[in-house]
Amino acid sequence: MTAAVADVPAVDTRPAWLDGVNPVTKVVLALLLSVPLFASIDVTSALAAIVLQLACLPLTGLPVRTLLKRMLPIVVFAPVAGVSMLLYAEPGGRVYWSFGYATVSDDSIALAIAVCLRVVALALPTILLFGRTDPTELADALAQVAKLPSRFVLGVLAGTRTLGLFLDDWRSMGLARRARGVGDTGAIRRFFSMAFVLLVFAVRRGTKLATAMEARGFGSGIPRTWARPSRLHPRDAVAVLGGVAIMALAIGAAVAAGTFRFVWS
Amino acid sequence: MHASTPASATAAAAPATSHRLRWRVVDIVVAAVLGVAIGLVFWAWNTVGGTWFVAMDGLTPGLGGIAVGIWLIGGVIGGLVIRKPGAALLVEVIAALISMLIGNVWGVSTLFSGIVQGLGAELIFAVFLYRRFTLPVAMLAGVGAAVGAWVFELFYGSSPNILKTVEFNVIYLVSLVVSGALLAGLVGWFAVRALAATGALNRFAAGREARREV
Amino acid sequence: MTASSARPAGRSGPAGITAAGWGWRYAGRRAPAVHDVSFTIEPGQRVLLLGASGAGKSTLLAGIAGLLGGADEGDQTGALLVDGARPETQRGRVGLVLQDPDAGVVLSKVGDDVAFGCENLGVAASDIPARVAEALEAVGLDVPPGRATKALSGGQKQRLALAGVLAMRPGVLLLDEPTANLDPEGVREVRAAVEHAVAESGATLVVIEHRTEVWADLMDRVIVVGAEGGLLADGPPVEVFARVGDDLAAAGVWVPGRPIDLPVLAPAVTDGESALAASGLSVSRDRRTIVRAGLEVRVPRGAATGIVGPNGAGKSTLALTLAGLLPEAAGEVLAAPQLAGRSGRRPSRWTSRELLTRIGTVFQEPEHQFLAATVRDELAIGPRSRGVATADVDVIVDELLERLHLAPLALANPFTLSGGQKRRLSVATVLADAPPVIVLDEPTFGQDRRGWVELVALLQSEIAAGTTVVAVTHDDDVLRHLGAHRIDLGLPVPAGVAS
Repeated sequence: MTAAVADVPAVDTRPAWLDGVNPVTKVVLALLLSVPLFASIDVTSALAAIVLQLACLPLTGLPVRTLLKRMLPIVVFAPVAGVSMLLYAEPGGRVYWSFGYATVSDDSIALAIAVCLRVVALALPTILLFGRTDPTELADALAQVAKLPSRFVLGVLAGTRTLGLFLDDWRSMGLARRARGVGDTGAIRRFFSMAFVLLVFAVRRGTKLATAMEARGFGSGIPRTWARPSRLHPRDAVAVLGGVAIMALAIGAAVAAGTFRFVWS
Repeated sequence: MHASTPASATAAAAPATSHRLRWRVVDIVVAAVLGVAIGLVFWAWNTVGGTWFVAMDGLTPGLGGIAVGIWLIGGVIGGLVIRKPGAALLVEVIAALISMLIGNVWGVSTLFSGIVQGLGAELIFAVFLYRRFTLPVAMLAGVGAAVGAWVFELFYGSSPNILKTVEFNVIYLVSLVVSGALLAGLVGWFAVRALAATGALNRFAAGREARREV
Repeated sequence: MTASSARPAGRSGPAGITAAGWGWRYAGRRAPAVHDVSFTIEPGQRVLLLGASGAGKSTLLAGIAGLLGGADEGDQTGALLVDGARPETQRGRVGLVLQDPDAGVVLSKVGDDVAFGCENLGVAASDIPARVAEALEAVGLDVPPGRATKALSGGQKQRLALAGVLAMRPGVLLLDEPTANLDPEGVREVRAAVEHAVAESGATLVVIEHRTEVWADLMDRVIVVGAEGGLLADGPPVEVFARVGDDLAAAGVWVPGRPIDLPVLAPAVTDGESALAASGLSVSRDRRTIVRAGLEVRVPRGAATGIVGPNGAGKSTLALTLAGLLPEAAGEVLAAPQLAGRSGRRPSRWTSRELLTRIGTVFQEPEHQFLAATVRDELAIGPRSRGVATADVDVIVDELLERLHLAPLALANPFTLSGGQKRRLSVATVLADAPPVIVLDEPTFGQDRRGWVELVALLQSEIAAGTTVVAVTHDDDVLRHLGAHRIDLGLPVPAGVAS
């Protein structure tokens, strides 16, 4: 009966290996699995990264169906990113077609394919790592392990919970505009009008929430204790090493295949 | 923060500058909630502006930048409403995070571009020492965010533009800057003014400035 | 563990509150919100705080909780002390529960939310689970600590907020209209929870409520804040109601023993013509989860119909479906032949423009419907989109402003209006296009007595003029005064999923 907010399909509730990893480690992993890939545009490293990460799927506890469902928009979008590269990359090698500023050449085709794969490789870590993370757990970890200021972390956590309320508001506003006779035309104007009211609600809700939090002693300078302690375990080191290994293998494979191509060269 | 002061009937006046730039709880929470709302707007705009962007970006040399302005509005609104160091950055980053989590195709890149765009707007507000929040400043902040986006996409992201032709990049820069100034700066400034007129910003300087008794 | 500069060590038990000529003016406003208020509340007393809207009651509570902010947010005059010290230094001694159930929820799990206050006050982690369990028991919230807070009902959310406050073991409990946004069951739950909590902890209690009959027998004392400053009355409930009861009723407080001066309409005749009818109707919000199925619905023309039932029964969904805003999941809603649009008699098939002049809908949250920057423009939107000439639009708007007592607010921004004014404005926007059917979702929600009376009187005059009224409401008195035919959704049938 309750409408799912982001339409999350049922997740396997058995504990997965990755659940025991601290959320801060997951953040480090997400960066680790993305940033090195930025260095090179080539098919081998992207493909190797994808394959190696997919091989780790059982560790994450995500059902295959969920993964496919979340991957779908990315797989659909990847070729689009490739088209831009196909038409507007610096020309190199044999030129097949040219029109205005657009040029399709050997180089641009290779780059386009690499870019498609890269889009997928870059989107994969967040889906795999954060598919089952509880935001409260993440906030606890950021404040206790990463030592970020607790006022900011918890304030942001509390604020982000309002997302579900906004979705309900958005739907209701759409219905209201239909009732008021302005629902037939002017989608863009309606969009801006609804977006504005959402901002009003945002500031109001935020102000009330801040008052409620301060009333419970938040931000008062008293040293805080934590009901849900967050700590690092050996498993976190294993996870980080695993991430390093994946990246090393992916880039190593590219270098070995000779396709490694530094972005700025 | 309510530091305990000796019991006196009237509130003690702390040094004006340290108070002015210090984040209160309401600043943090409203920045977060604004970020969420704007992130939702980003996600909804993806269906309107995203289609344009995707089509134009794929087919034209850089004109896709025209629709990008809305994605830069988080920093402008954050800076104009909260008026504290880091506000533009925080709101834009949270908005990027939310639009990434609800579901978009760019993954972690969204977060990075959010950071760089937010920084672009933040720098402008910092240059004005967090004292001036007029329309030209807002439009400049939009431009700052746009330049940040351009620089970021030059080197990072899934398809770095440095590999594309100079013409593409110049046209892209121009369309980004125009979009940033108008769709982020201008629209953002008017949105904040309209927000103030609703009375929602009463705990902020932005709201108290625009008060008009009816 | 609780050592800090902001909290006096070892204080517990009920706290006293003293005000001496206290006043507060918000920065940027000309007139003070509260002016020259003096009283002494002994530890453990139970006080009901009343006054006209705008008299500054909420500001007073915020002041006692130390939440008004520093010098940049306003000016304080006089003194307001809790336990002899300034409220800002007494974090955790004073607990505040707000009116909006959603505003008080901080974290996504019940147990975490209740623990929040304890964490902030530096309570040792090993002591927290016991405190959380104790607090949940004190308010009678019998849900597992891992339950999602967003799945709670309004009454449960308010009790959760109360538990979160009680876990801090405060000396003062402040409640700002805690039951205003709740249905009757929620009101009962919260009232029982507060009574139990106060009896156990003995904390000082200060409550703002316009529904006095719910709270009057729990209170020792009533303080009435004057709109012009100072206090209008301060004493035992019986005495205060006897002395200023009429003024209070005029100001919108539901004073016990003063009945509403409105006629009760005769019950509706249901075998006449119907404005809307549906058979085998299934309703749903998103076409996937069916909220109710197999409904037989008739809305008699020219009379009132009430949709009643417990939370979750699908009342709003049914109302919106009848109003043509949500598509039917199964079955068809058909309007009377004279209402037919170009595509036929099904409201869900009509265009937005056709719907405007046939069925008007007033939403539960008036702000969802606001489109313009001034009240005047808001009222003009419907007529203008119909193509009415400007001069005529002005006539319509002026008439409505008069009829709904909104004339002084003609140029105000709709979002700055009070709750009652917003409700009147949203009803007025619907009346601007004179639709023969009006659907209202919880019209008297959160209304004080004055707003309630005005709204019911308005609906009565509309019915007398031949309009069909459909209202979703928990309030039996509304239905009685409108002589409404009831559609009772009873207990919710287990929801199924559309095949």
